[in-house]
Parts: sequence; C-alpha cells; structure tokens
Amino acid sequence: MLQITSIDKGIVIDHIPAGFGIKLFHYLKLDKADYTVALIINADSKKMGKKDIIKINNEIDLDVDFLGLINPNITINVIEKGTIVRKVKLKVPEKVVNVIQCKNPRCVTSIEGYADHVFHLVDPEKRSYRCEYCDDIVIPYTI
Amino acid sequence: MLKGRHLIDPSDFSREEFRELFDLAHQVVKNPEQFSKSCEGKILATLFYEPSTRTRFSFEAAMLRLGGSIIGFSEPNSSSVAKGESIADTIRTIECYADIAVMRHPKEGAPRVASQWLSSMPLINAGDGGHQHPTQTLTDILTVELLKGNVENKVYGFCGDLKFGRTVHSFIKFLSKYEGIRLILISPEELRVPEYIREEVIRKNNIQCIEADKMEPYMKEMDFLYMTRVQRERFFNEEDYIRLKDRFILDKEKMKYAGPETYILHPLPRVNEISIEVDYDPRAQYFQQAKNGMYVRMALILKLLGIY
Repeated sequence: MLQITSIDKGIVIDHIPAGFGIKLFHYLKLDKADYTVALIINADSKKMGKKDIIKINNEIDLDVDFLGLINPNITINVIEKGTIVRKVKLKVPEKVVNVIQCKNPRCVTSIEGYADHVFHLVDPEKRSYRCEYCDDIVIPYTI
Repeated sequence: MLKGRHLIDPSDFSREEFRELFDLAHQVVKNPEQFSKSCEGKILATLFYEPSTRTRFSFEAAMLRLGGSIIGFSEPNSSSVAKGESIADTIRTIECYADIAVMRHPKEGAPRVASQWLSSMPLINAGDGGHQHPTQTLTDILTVELLKGNVENKVYGFCGDLKFGRTVHSFIKFLSKYEGIRLILISPEELRVPEYIREEVIRKNNIQCIEADKMEPYMKEMDFLYMTRVQRERFFNEEDYIRLKDRFILDKEKMKYAGPETYILHPLPRVNEISIEVDYDPRAQYFQQAKNGMYVRMALILKLLGIY
C-alpha cells in the first residue's frame, strides 16, 4: 500500500466519499495553498470500502458548517506533534449564514446585496434548507 | 405584550397574542369612535414599493380614524428609492420621523430585511411579493370570527393562484395554530401551494388537506371559500398568465353547489374570478371583509404602539 508520511501539525479530513476528495480539495481552495497538502484517493476503508483523505500540513480555519452541510459523515482530525489531539464531529447545521445562496429571483437577497443569505434546516435526512427571507426550500450540493 | 413588535409573518405572534389583538379589534368594530383620539401626535409611515388600494387606504384610514397622521409614498419613483437607495437606508431614515411603519414590496422577505435595521419602530409587512400578507390574514380572521364565532373546527376552501397568492400563504400559516382545520385547495397544477407551505405548515401540523382541480364537489361542506386572483404581475411569462387566468370563475350557477352558510371571501382586487352577479348573494362577504380590514388594522396599530 502507498504510504503518505504523517503530518506534524495540521488537519486531516477523513472519510470523504471516494471520488469527492478532488471536489472538496477545490471547494476549500487547497489548490491555492502555499503549504503542503496531500490528497489521497481510493484509500481502503473498513467502513466505506474506499474513501478519500486530505492531509493539510498547516493550521487553517475550516468552515465546519459548510463541511457538515455537504456531508456530516466526514471527520476532521486536528494533529499536533504528529498525534491526533482533537476530533471534530460534524453535524448537519441547523442554520447556515452565507454558505448557500438563495436562487429565488423574487427573494430580496437578489437586490439587497448587503443582506446575509441565511438558511434554516428543514429536513436533516434530505438536508433541505429554507431561506429566512423568502422561505424557498433548497437542497444544497452534497457529497 | 405586542408593544414595539414587528408583524412580518403570521408566526411572529403567538396564538395568545393574536387573541389579545382580535379582542381589541372586536371592541373597535363595536365602537370605533371610542378610539378616535388614541393616536393623537403619532405618525404612521406607509412605504409602498408596489401598487395597492385596500391595504394602503385601510392603513391610512385606520391611522386617521385613530387621530394620528400619515406620511409616505405610494410608488417608489417618488422617493429616494428611485435613486437606488437600499431598503436598510430608507427604513433607518423613516425611523427618524415616524412612530410606526407599513411596508409593501415586490421582493419576498424585504420587510424582514428592513426590520433587522430598526432599533425601536414597529414595522408591519403589507405584502412582500408572492410570499406573505399577514394583515390581510388579520382581516380574513376577523371576518371569520364575525360570521362564525371562531376559527376552529371549520372547512376552508382556497381557490385560484395558491402558488403566488401571499394572502393564502399567510391565512394557512395562521390556521395551522388551530384545531380541527380542514383545507380544500383548488388550483391548476402549476399554481399549487409552494413546497414550504405544504411541508413546513400543512404536513408538519398534520392538517387535513385535499388538493383538487374542481370546486363544485367540495363547496357544500366548506364554511368559507376563499377566492383569489391569478396575478399577472407574478408571472415572468405572459402566455402562462393568459392560459391560467380564467381557469376558475365563481358565478351564480356554481353558487348553487355551496352550502347555505358557505361564505365567499376574497382579498380583492377581483378581476374575473367572481362574477358581479355573485355580489348580490348574502354569502358574498368580500366587501364587508375589506371594511373589517380597517378595524383590525386600527387594533394592530394600537397594540404595536402600546396604547392598548
């Protein structure tokens, strides 16, 4: 099996469904990073069969609402001195601000650019959300 | 306590708060003169970014009958909105001059955005796009109470444009707080209630509901039939409007299917959906409903200003 050396200080995003690591890599703009980042695809997983992993050799702020929204089963491990010091359990967020854009052309957010795009969770299984202003229901992109 | 609160959506007030408001509205209906000086020295601002007859006039008449004064605009081109001013800036300016404000806007959620920029002035949503129109619901509910005593355990038919019909959305949202409500929703497939009303309001509250495309089979069992206009201004495509606008017309013939106490309501304005001949039927209550709108808006102003 291919070995990727462990990181000393940083973040490991694990349990990404196989095939979606590259998309998440781009969503998180890691292609613009000036620090070491490893994208591992099709790693063996007891739970998932195959999975993708992203290892980031830096402390960065991750938007956990965004990650929870696209897939709450993704896990985040915070690494210090080569060991896991914290595991962040993601959950489908109850409310997200400026993570999803309202697409309803009748919504006030389409003309008042300063208004935050605020969405509230409707159905955790479908991961559907309701716009705070126009009540339009959307199912955001998920992986 | 409703003093200083905004009414943007029917869910902004609890059932008890609505009761308090309707109790005052019934007092106003009985003796409007008693309140003729209640708002002396107070100013109501009416911000109408979209045309209106009943809502604007009834708010203005309500404030004048309470002894207060009014300022405002009835179309945005006569204000700084035409220069591109944001809702946030307009409403903060208005707060410098008025004690209470009413806003109608073509964009859904505009009054909610405006309310987030206010420090103390109460704001009332007088209709936002095809979304909500809570003070029309106050009018509708006062009419229901005056005709049948209470809201519970009744069958409500809604007919016409249920997709963009903001009065329908607010009415159903309000009814969802009460027991024994049955809904019969009659509309073309394309104009059915939006998903959030079906999922978040009707299904979540286990309200009995039938969706149909004919009114006649259900008219006898209805306590109220709420007719609505197919609204040209909500369509992006004129062809769709023309195809759907005359789908449901309530005329004298169809009234034969209604029960002896099936009352006909309509938020007005009407176009073709109710024939003029129906106006002479005592079950047609839409003009009385318009009058009730002024009384209930008087009660709302009094409550939000904390005068009663």
